[in-house]
Order: sequence, then C-alpha cells, then structure tokens
Amino acid sequence: MHQFTIAELVKGLRNKDFSSTEVTQHYLDRIARLDSTYNSYITVTNDIALQQAAAADKRLAAGNAPALCGVPIAHKDIFCTTGVRTSCASKMLDKFIAPYNATIVENYLNSGVVMLGKTNMDEFAMGSSNETSWYGPVKNPWAIDCVPGGSSGGSAAAVAAHLAPAATASDTGGSIRQPAALCGLTGIKPTYGRVSRWGMIAFASSLDQAGILSRTAEDAAILLNDMASFDAKDSTCVERDVPDYTADLNKSLKGLRIGVPKEYFGEGLNPQTAKLVEDAIKVYEGLGATIHSVSLPHTHLAVPAYYVIAPAECSANLSRFDGVRYGHRCENPTDLNDLYMRSRSEGFGAEVKRRILVGAYALSAGYYDAYYSKAQKVRRLIKQDFVDAFDSVDVILGPTSPSPAFQFGSKSKDPVAMYLEDIYTIATNLAGLPGLSIPCGLVDNKPVGLQLIGNFFAESQLLNAAHQFQQATNFHQQSAPGIE
Amino acid sequence: MAVDRSDIAKLANLARIQISDEAADEAAKSISDVLALVDQLQAVNTDGVLPMAHPLDAVQRLRADVVTEPNQRDAFQAIAPATQDGLYLVPQVIE
Repeated sequence: MHQFTIAELVKGLRNKDFSSTEVTQHYLDRIARLDSTYNSYITVTNDIALQQAAAADKRLAAGNAPALCGVPIAHKDIFCTTGVRTSCASKMLDKFIAPYNATIVENYLNSGVVMLGKTNMDEFAMGSSNETSWYGPVKNPWAIDCVPGGSSGGSAAAVAAHLAPAATASDTGGSIRQPAALCGLTGIKPTYGRVSRWGMIAFASSLDQAGILSRTAEDAAILLNDMASFDAKDSTCVERDVPDYTADLNKSLKGLRIGVPKEYFGEGLNPQTAKLVEDAIKVYEGLGATIHSVSLPHTHLAVPAYYVIAPAECSANLSRFDGVRYGHRCENPTDLNDLYMRSRSEGFGAEVKRRILVGAYALSAGYYDAYYSKAQKVRRLIKQDFVDAFDSVDVILGPTSPSPAFQFGSKSKDPVAMYLEDIYTIATNLAGLPGLSIPCGLVDNKPVGLQLIGNFFAESQLLNAAHQFQQATNFHQQSAPGIE
Repeated sequence: MAVDRSDIAKLANLARIQISDEAADEAAKSISDVLALVDQLQAVNTDGVLPMAHPLDAVQRLRADVVTEPNQRDAFQAIAPATQDGLYLVPQVIE
C-alpha cells in the first residue's frame, strides 16, 4: 500500500479498494517499525491520525468528499497544529503547543487530509543538512551515512523511506528543492505569496514559502491545489485565484522554450551531476522543447545577498522568543535581562545564534546601508536577471545542488561551505519565483536533482514540464536500496 | 570585514544571547568568514537601484478599522511559562 502515489491513493479510496483507516494504520505501523533508523519524525500523531481517518471514511461513504479526503500526509514541524507540539526542531519550542492551526494545515483539514505526524528539520529551518535539529540528524534513506538535505530533511526522508506518501515543507533558500534532490523526490516551492505563511514559524519572512515534497509531479499538483489559497491573515499573500494545477499536466511540450543559464554550470558543479543534467536536456529536446543559452549575470551574488537578508530578517523574527509569552524559559531568573539572556541562550542552537548575530550586525547602526540596504539593491539586480531571461524563454533549467548527498559532519564545521550548498536555489527565493526539483539519475547510487524555475505564478507550466519528463523517464520511480 | 571577540560580545548583548569566551572566539571566526562572503556585495555598482523588499513589490493591504479578532487571552496564556490574574509574570522590574 505504501507504494501508491497520492493520485493512486485518491483513486483507491474513491473506488473503496481500501479505507483511509487501513492506509493510515499501514503508514503508522511502518513509522513505528522503521523510523528509528531515519529519525524523520519528531512527533507521530497516532490517535489524531486514526480519528481523522475514521472521519474521512465517513465522508467518503457519504459520497460527497473532497478529492484528497482520507489521504494521509506528514507536516513539517514548522507548521502550527492545534493541540500537537510544534517544535521547529528547537529546544526553544520543545513544549510549545500552538493555540491555532497554520492556514495550510486548516486547508488540508477541510479537505479531509489525515496528519500522520510532524517531521524533523533543521532548527528554525536554518540549515542544508538537517544536522542542526535539536532532535538529532535525519538519515538519508539512500545512504545512511549521508545527510538528507535541509532544512526539510525529515519530510524528504519520510517520503523517500515510504513513511508518508507526501509531506508539506518550506523553502527559504532551497529547503524543499535541495532535500528533494538529495532524496530522489519531486519538490516544489511556489511563487512567493502563492501559499499562506500564516502559522508557519517565521525565519526570513520575505523569502519563506511553503510547498510540497512528493514522489511525482502529478502528486505535487494535486496537493498544491488544496495548499494554495488567498489568506487575508498573511499580509504578503497574493490575492489571485488558484488554478487547477493538474489541468495542464498532459500538455505537449512542443515549442516550450527552455533556458539554460551558463552560470549554473561553472566551477563547483560535480561533473557527474552536470552530465545527468545534460542528459535531461536531451530528454526535453526529445519531447519537443527548444533549448536556449541564457545568462543570469548576478548569480554569484545570490549567496552573499541571501546571507545578509535572511539573517537580518531572522534576527528580527526570533526576537519574539523572550521566555515570557511562550517557549523555553530559564529557571529562577534574577532579573529581566537574565530572563531574556538565559532563556534565549539555552533555547537556541549554535547555527541559530550565529545567524541572529550576523543579522544583528547587518542591521546595526553604521552598517545598515553597507549591508542590509546594499543586499536589498543587489536582490533587485538578481530578480531583473530572471525578468530579462523570461523575455526569451518559458522555463529555466539547471542542477538543483552542486553534488549528491554528502556525509554527516563534512560541512557542519564550515558555515560558508554549507551555505554554498544552496548556490543554485537561493536566487529563486530572492526573486520570489517558483522552482521545483525532480530526480534525473544517480551518481554513486545517490540521487541527483534537476531544477526547473518558472516565471511568477507559472506553477502549472513547471508541473507540466516536470510531469512530461516523468512520463518519459523512470528516475522518480526508483526507490532507495532496501526500501520495498 | 572581520569581527573580534569584543565585537561579538557587543552583538551578543544586543541580541540578548550569552556567549562564553571560548565560544566568542569561535563565533568571531565563523562570523568573519560569513562577512567575508557577503563583502562581495560591496564591489557591485548599485547606483540608482531601489532596495527590494517584496518580490512582487506589493504594498500593505488596508482594511476597515473594525475589530475582527475575538479575545483569546486564555488560549494564549495557557502556553505561557508564568502568568497570574491574566497577566504575564516577569522578574521584578521596578523597585
């Protein structure tokens, strides 16, 4: 049953081939049996899942259930869930039970989707390896000594190990696409503002965007239909109708103009990864697309601009953790300053502290113009590169990550080396564009991701291009060794 | 630009984070590395470029000035570390 895609589960539930309770119990059994190896879940919500499954079965029997009713998924532990711990993988929120649901959680509840649990992640979504979680690292099902990517590493490992058919995730600089690449999955980060950020614990508010990790582009399209919505509670959410993302999946790619940026194939790219991306380009040519060389001249500035903007917004957002209203509070504070100091120092891990300090530096008097304001200007130049490129092409194609999954500890001592892991994904967040990653082959038995970047609100076109690639190839059907 | 232990101590105080002396040295090194990375920005000519805060250059939506949220004090205070009589407790501030 855990071989089924979301599309197959939807069909099977509707045809009464199996009940939601059966599917849900099957997944809960697998999690109990196998997740000690991967550590992909922080919290498994057995009772809630079975209650929701029973309710979904009633709606299905009544015959008027929404499409996704009864389908179980996992939520990244960054999304607030009423009555269930939302930790953001931080000691700071180890005992935090949100008094409300994130909008995307609420959207899925309304659709009858069942929550299996909350997945592990880098602390406050700050990391590219899932090594900064307070609950311990997540193991990559493809190579147990390697990272699953981050920050949505738990969501990715859970789907790759068939401990959930799909999972929600979030992406500030590559946190959906890079784990998708490293775990052989499909991962989509929609346009900034397409999905509500309400109830998604903030890291860098002008970059954060929720999305999906799944096995196929078709599954991502089905799930995005219910995740995306206009939400007045998120002031940056865009007021725009949500199309049916499955409508264009089967469109021919004849005449699709694909741009390949030369800057994405330079120094630092693993030659075997480059070869697989070039093979994927040939697949697209075979499907009728035309390939064009494009230039994104400010690409090398994306990581520097990001590591000013993201820490600056992080230091502002994380100032809310004060030991007073919620979250960790130190024992016996002597005065107010001691309460702030010790609660924050005990609650946050090393990478979170580092980013808060970098952000405080970039925002401090005398440095604001040189760092923050400068980075915001460079951000516009990076966006303009994409605007210019989309004058002549429909979709931009390149690698998702410079190389396949790396070993634990190999980059965690050197923050700059870790930051460069997101060199191809970060520009998309700075520009606000949608991006996705799909599997395009293996290097040393580890998956490689192909990245597609679309114009603003062109999610349907991206999913169409990804789905057609998956109709012509079987990389997305490969499972990690030992995962039946 | 490189930062030293005393810069870190100042920043840590601003951010209300305690850092031991050994940790401050390590933080000074890793934060100097990050600043060296971001210093590449200084070489770019950005004359006449407007800072970009929102990818779609959206502006704040306005709404009528009416109450839309019910009072949920009890729900919010249920998750607070220390409250009394509907108020959040902190160490004594005023002598």
